[in-house]
This record gives sequence, structure tokens and C-alpha cells, in this order.
Amino acid sequence: MSTLTLDELATHIPSGCLLAVPPDYSGVAMAATRALIQHKPQGLRVLCVPVGSIQVDQLIGAGMVDSVEAAAVTLGEFGLAPRFTAAVQNGSLTVKDTTCPAVHAMLQATEKGVPFMPLRGLLGTDILAHRDDWKVLNNPFAERPDPLVLLPAVQPDVALFHAPMADSEGNVWIGRRRELVTMAHAAKTTLVTVERIVEGCFFDDEQLAAGVLPGLYVSHIALAPRGAWPLGLGDAYAPDAEHLAAYARLARSDDGFADYLARYVLTPVEA
Amino acid sequence: MSEEIAFSREELLICVLARLVQGARHVAVGAASPIPGSAALLCQALEPADTRVTLLHSRRYNQFTDGARELFDCAGQGRIDRFFLGGVQIDGQANINLVGTGQYPQLERRFPGSFGSAYLYYVVPRVILFREEHSPRVLVPQVDFISAAGVSPPDVYRPGGPYALVTNLCVFLFDRARARFQLASVHPGHSVDEVHDQTGFEFDCPAQVPQTPTPEPQRLALIRSVIAGRIAESYPQFANRVFATAQPADTAL
Repeated sequence: MSTLTLDELATHIPSGCLLAVPPDYSGVAMAATRALIQHKPQGLRVLCVPVGSIQVDQLIGAGMVDSVEAAAVTLGEFGLAPRFTAAVQNGSLTVKDTTCPAVHAMLQATEKGVPFMPLRGLLGTDILAHRDDWKVLNNPFAERPDPLVLLPAVQPDVALFHAPMADSEGNVWIGRRRELVTMAHAAKTTLVTVERIVEGCFFDDEQLAAGVLPGLYVSHIALAPRGAWPLGLGDAYAPDAEHLAAYARLARSDDGFADYLARYVLTPVEA
Repeated sequence: MSEEIAFSREELLICVLARLVQGARHVAVGAASPIPGSAALLCQALEPADTRVTLLHSRRYNQFTDGARELFDCAGQGRIDRFFLGGVQIDGQANINLVGTGQYPQLERRFPGSFGSAYLYYVVPRVILFREEHSPRVLVPQVDFISAAGVSPPDVYRPGGPYALVTNLCVFLFDRARARFQLASVHPGHSVDEVHDQTGFEFDCPAQVPQTPTPEPQRLALIRSVIAGRIAESYPQFANRVFATAQPADTAL
């Protein structure tokens, strides 16, 4: 298996593509995102699975995003995502508001190769009222009225995430972060950055095999030690609280965000 | 009255929420919720054999292995019986808004988003609304955006819904049949008049409103000795500010 550089990996995310990304606790490919911002594809449609992090905020701030589908975009304990918030408030970003299980269900439909999935809840919400692509039908198995929301299958063009390790055959170990598996099953192209690449095959060890995303679903891998920084990765490293707080402060203004990009993104730095 | 032990606002709220959680088989707690998380852990410490706790952003107290979907699948089967939700705005029919204020979609103030509320509010039997700020800008006559509806028409499958609303001032219980809150108790140091002044929606108010019980001394001791260390795993900054836990983890045990 040959690996790509982060720069090469970024070329697989073209302008206008539907890009699926994970939440902050799951393995966010931040080093690859910095490479992507240097390439600056335009008109990205970002699907947050199901919540967007500082990664999505940076892509929005860099002017690369047309629309975001998300159950939320937030910096978590560091507060509101400032570029996301500003872009919504000045009308430059289209948000398709959703709810966490709806994102999972729409990807699961694609995993199964079926056109839609039903989901409970949602009735009477303004989320549903603003989603022309969702439908309400009556449960065809029920004898009484039983309205139910149907969600269309969504197929991301690209899924991008970071994981602890890959083996020399291109299998990726994701542990129990199985939303990454769902993303990869559903996406046309899956790009993964990893902390390290280990010799051998994970399937030789049943204990490891239980947490593996098979190479079958993985398009390209790039090596990126501390590749989730400034976010954390499982038990490998914690989020960089000082850096995230500094970002939350700087990114409140256009100038501050430009400063941040110049210092940490456009001039590559070691984490 | 027995000897009063001094307690913080957070400790009072932990005990209030714990009383609402007690009896749950499985309580789940979402993101950015150190006080609900502490309340859930307190209930588990009181009845360890009968109470399962899931703190979504913990490693130790999140035992899901099937990815982020599992919380929702678990709740959809009725395996979670208490959950906490908040709101940028909450109205008198218990509609909650987590999206923002102003005219959607170009809001005046955008907040993160609805998270799982549009689903969990419908399927978890007792959802406890928790918002510390009690003011007319939060507790409004009508929310600007419905992330999750307080009540549904009878033909909508809805085993779940709002049970109570807890703020810095008081506890309301929600009557689903009438789609109205009733003032259940007012926290020590606050008054019914203050609750009326600071609430933007109409609610039922009995002639006599009891004071919220102060923290039980035994529970307060348990919070400080055990829960503080356990919540520090997920919320070290909160634990240190409220309990001065210099070291995280279960060192107190």
C-alpha cells in the first residue's frame, strides 16, 4: 500500500464536492484540513456527521463552503463557532439544519443501498418545515394513522477523517468510533490520515480486527502524526485547550481569523 | 430546623436534578452538561445496582460501542428513560429552540443547532429541561424556531416528552395534557414574584408554592467526596471551579 502526502491527499477533495466530516471527539483530520485550505477548493458542501467542529469553522472562514448540513456546529466548551455564526448572520452560508440521528439514518440508507430511511421524532419541528427534501408518509403497516418522516439516502463524494493507525495492507483501526465506519461505507471516496502505519495485517489479531475499517472502503491514506491537533484523539492525546481558546478569541473578527490562518494554516507549523 | 450546611448554587441544582432523575433505570447526558452529569452520577452512587448512567462525552461513562448512532437507537427502543435538554429559548408549551433568535434562516443570533433534540424529546419518556439563566429572553411566549416540539397531536407516536424545567430560580413541572408548566418549587433565596417577573410565558401557580428543598447533608457529602472526582474526568474545569478538585479521577475513593 502506498501512502500519499497531505498535499496529495488534499487534491482528492475537488471544488463543489459533498464532504463528510466527523465530530470533534471522533478523529478530525485537522492537518489534512490545513493542507486543504492551502489548496482552497471552492463551493464545498459539508455534511457534518452529525456535528461540525473547528474544522468546519475554518473551512467556512476560508471562504470555501457554500452549504453546511449539520445538527450543530460548535467549538464545544470553547463556545460558539465564530466563523459559522458570522456567515449565517450575514447570509453568506446556507445551512441545512438537521438532527443527529437523521444524519446517521441518511448515511445508513446509503450503506444498505436503499433509497430512504424512516425516523421517529421531527414532526412539528421547524427543522422538518424547512427540509423540502424530506417527506412525511403514513406507516404503511399501521392500521391507524401513524405519520413518519422519510429521509433520503445521502452519498458523500468524499469522507475525510483521522484515525490512530493503519496497517501495511491499508486497513484502518478506528476502535469503537463506528460513525467513521458508517461514513466510509456510504462515501464514494474515503480519505484517512493516521498517527502511524504498522507492519502486518490487523486481521491476524481478532482483538484488533473488531475495531477495523477494512481497506475495501479506504481510498487513500496519509501519515499525519498528531494529525487531529488542536483537537484530541481518543486516549492518544487531549485537545489543546489553550490553542482552542485562542482560536475562539481570534476567529471572532475577520482580521483575527486572517491572522490565525497566516500563523497556523498557511505557514505550516509543527503541532 | 437542623443545622444548615453552606452549599453552592451548583450543589443545589445537582440535588434538584437528582430528585427528578431518581428511579431511572438509564439516564443519559449530552454535551456541555456538568450539572446534569453530576446529578446522574449522584443517583448512580446512591443506587448503583439500579441506575445506569451514560455521559456521552466521557470515555469511562460512555459504554456505547456502535458509534454515535447508538444513543439514538438505544433511546428509540425505550432503553433510556431520562435525558436533559436545554434551549436558547423555551416557551410555555415546552417548545425548545437551540438554533437561534430572529427570522430563520438569516437569524439575528445563530447558535450551534438542534443536536439530537428533535428526536430524543419524542422518544425519551422523561426529558428534563435545564437552563440556568431564568429570564424573559430565555423563557419566551413563543420560540423563534422549534428545534423540538413540546407536545404533539394524538396521532403522532410519542412515548417521550418534557417532564420538568429547572432554572436558577425554580422548578416547573410540565402537564402534557394541558401543554402548560406549573410552578412546583422556588429555590431558597428567591420568590414567586421574582419567578413571575423573570418568566416570559404564562404558567400555573398554586396558592402555596413550596421552597425547593436544600441539599440533603448526606448527599452533599457524597457530591464533594465522590462525585466531584468522577465528573472531573469529563469536566475538569467545572470540577475544579466548583469543588476545587486539584486532581481529577477517583482519588477520593
